[in-house]
Amino acid sequence: MEVGVKMGMKGGGDEVGGKEKEKMGYEETELRLGLPGDGEVVRKRDFSHTVDLKLNLISTSPTDDKDKNIVPSHLDPAKPPPAKAQVVGWPPVRSFRKNMLATQKSSASEDSGEKAAFVKVSMDGAPYLRKVDLRMYKTYQQLSDALAKMFSSFTIGNCGSQGLLKDFMNESKLMDLLNGSDYVPTYEDKDGDWCLLVMSLGRCLLNHVRGCAS
Amino acid sequence: MNYFPDEVVEHVFDFITSHKDRNSVSLVCKSWYKIERYSRQRVFIGNCYSITPQRLIARFPGLKSLTLKGKPHFADFNLVPHDWGGFVDPWIKALAKSRIGLEELRLKRMVVSDDSLELLSKSFPNFKSLVLVSCDGFTTDGVAAIAANCRFLRELDLQENEVEDHRGHWLSCFPESCTSLVSLNFACLKGEINLASLERLVARSPNLKSLRLNRVVPLDTLQKLLMRAPQLVDLGIGSYVDDPSSEVFSKLKAVIQLCNSIRSLSGFLEVAPCCMSAIYPICENLTFLNLSYAPGLQGNDLTKLVQHCRKLQRLWILDCIGDKGLGVVASTCKELQELRVFPSDPFDAGNAAVTEEGLVLISAGCPKLNSLLYFCHQMTNAALITVAKNCTNFIRFRLCILDPVKADPVTNQPLDEGFGAIVRSNKSLKRLSLSGLLTDQVFLYIGMYAKKLEMLSIAFAGDSNKGMLYVLNGCKKLRKLEIRDCPFGDVALLEDMGKYETMRSLWMSSCEVTLGACKILAKKMSSLNVEIINESEQLEFSLDDRLLVDKMYLYRTLVGHRKDKPEYVLLL
Repeated sequence: MEVGVKMGMKGGGDEVGGKEKEKMGYEETELRLGLPGDGEVVRKRDFSHTVDLKLNLISTSPTDDKDKNIVPSHLDPAKPPPAKAQVVGWPPVRSFRKNMLATQKSSASEDSGEKAAFVKVSMDGAPYLRKVDLRMYKTYQQLSDALAKMFSSFTIGNCGSQGLLKDFMNESKLMDLLNGSDYVPTYEDKDGDWCLLVMSLGRCLLNHVRGCAS
Repeated sequence: MNYFPDEVVEHVFDFITSHKDRNSVSLVCKSWYKIERYSRQRVFIGNCYSITPQRLIARFPGLKSLTLKGKPHFADFNLVPHDWGGFVDPWIKALAKSRIGLEELRLKRMVVSDDSLELLSKSFPNFKSLVLVSCDGFTTDGVAAIAANCRFLRELDLQENEVEDHRGHWLSCFPESCTSLVSLNFACLKGEINLASLERLVARSPNLKSLRLNRVVPLDTLQKLLMRAPQLVDLGIGSYVDDPSSEVFSKLKAVIQLCNSIRSLSGFLEVAPCCMSAIYPICENLTFLNLSYAPGLQGNDLTKLVQHCRKLQRLWILDCIGDKGLGVVASTCKELQELRVFPSDPFDAGNAAVTEEGLVLISAGCPKLNSLLYFCHQMTNAALITVAKNCTNFIRFRLCILDPVKADPVTNQPLDEGFGAIVRSNKSLKRLSLSGLLTDQVFLYIGMYAKKLEMLSIAFAGDSNKGMLYVLNGCKKLRKLEIRDCPFGDVALLEDMGKYETMRSLWMSSCEVTLGACKILAKKMSSLNVEIINESEQLEFSLDDRLLVDKMYLYRTLVGHRKDKPEYVLLL
């Protein structure tokens, strides 16, 4: 059975005291569970497999669990697990407490008393929007790099993400690029107008867009 | 059997206050049952579906104080759908119709509506105390009704409720004639309140001992409130942010020096660490410190604060205190009985964490430790064995390793031996929560040694039905068992069906129990309600007995099936 360990559930193996072998040891355990054996072991493997799927510890393996249909209906092994898997109800922290801490964190600000300035960013053809916290970026370059990274997975054309956006810093190249490229970064301002994201606006842009976001 | 007149026996019963004892007394003979029921004032009902309000009222006409619990514990973690049940409305309606002179109502995990609160506030002229813990379904309008209509209100205590906040006016609903407040806790409310009203309310409440503010109450209001109420014993601070050089802050420092009755401190929902030094003078006398909602305080802020708290008995803190910080707690807080360490970021194994090291330090330094809730990133058998050697007084031991199936990182073994050591050496253990990689072996130990265990929470543990059977057979005092994601199935469930009559409830979700087995159990045991909670569409179309049940909740009851179940609950 093909078992890959996805570290979606971070078990702290990296950070804690350099205990690399914890990670390895766990993988070892995973393989052991996959060995064929008598009914009891197979059963255990199936259940553990289900548990591990739930905990996002192994990648999808549609070939398993064909005989014993014990995978609960709400689990879909065919779906790729999200980057940070969260099991329902785990860890066992009261939802009130979770929500409270989340609220406190989002409204706490490191520099000033400002609240987080989330802005929706969309790219034509991308299946979904992304959110960007403008407070996190001090310069245009950081913002454009971050946007490029966010959408790089969706560009199929010839825009090397970072190269393309760097060129926007040169305004004379700008017009050539606008005519030639597949994607340009734009934003919609508070009047509902679509605007091109360019360096020259710099700080003004950030303040302006913050105004849109609030 | 009676050598004394009833009045004398009743007088003797006045000295018997614990629910358990009074329940025992009522079973001695018919005469004692009668005397006891007429003199009983306080009743505790651990599962609101185990009895009806009508029967409660019929048996205890002198009822003054009622405590009710609704949803099962796992509802705290979103495992129970929102409208499953636990409605307080029928209770309040029934009590309002009766002649019961209710004075106190304490609810936990129940659904409360504004209408219920209003009816409550208008039906009982002597109503004194309302305590709501982890409830939902109401807004600040309901709270306003309580404030406005309960003329002799002493206690309004809202703990961790989800309340829809309609902004502010509820506090102004306390009439000018209300001067009886002893305890006011609104820390869980999110909205604005009228600060001037709050100041006036505190000023006219000379008996106020406990005040817990929400995060919109700023520091300068806190200073004014403390001026009015230096007699406070329990303080919950809302917002604690200011410039340390400001005049307001100096005034606060001065007034805090006068508050030498404060024994319990909590809140700091918004906090500027540089202001914490003003708190140090009251730290000397603190017995309870709750900083679990203060993510604004970093490890060293916490450590500096704790160093002043030599008399601390209970500490609730976030894991950003770190192992080193726990070391400081261990060397400072020699009176510590209860420690709760919560995760500051439940989903990220960042560097803000505690490990087994912190726990070992605490166990070595705090000999009186009897209650623990500890969220950590890892645990070892060696550490647990050491803890078991150091601490033999645990009543509550709840360990949550954030990765639920994590083995001992040093030996790669399951944590069976560690937990086994804990139950072996802590003979008074009443509550236990397990986590980490665990096999059937740990349950063998629990069944063998945890003879006083009343509540057990299990997740992602065990290998086979044997695990659950060890527990059911060995833990004679078990009252509540909750299990999720364990390979326990029909064989374990059905082995000793009579056992469940001795327990309050059993929860099993994502285990290997089939619908057929649940049906057998329900058919055999008429004293149990067996509920199947099914949120997927499967059960609607197929009542195949071989189907695995996603969530099962069973509980003993005297009154059969409940009438208020939602559609997705199948009552067998």
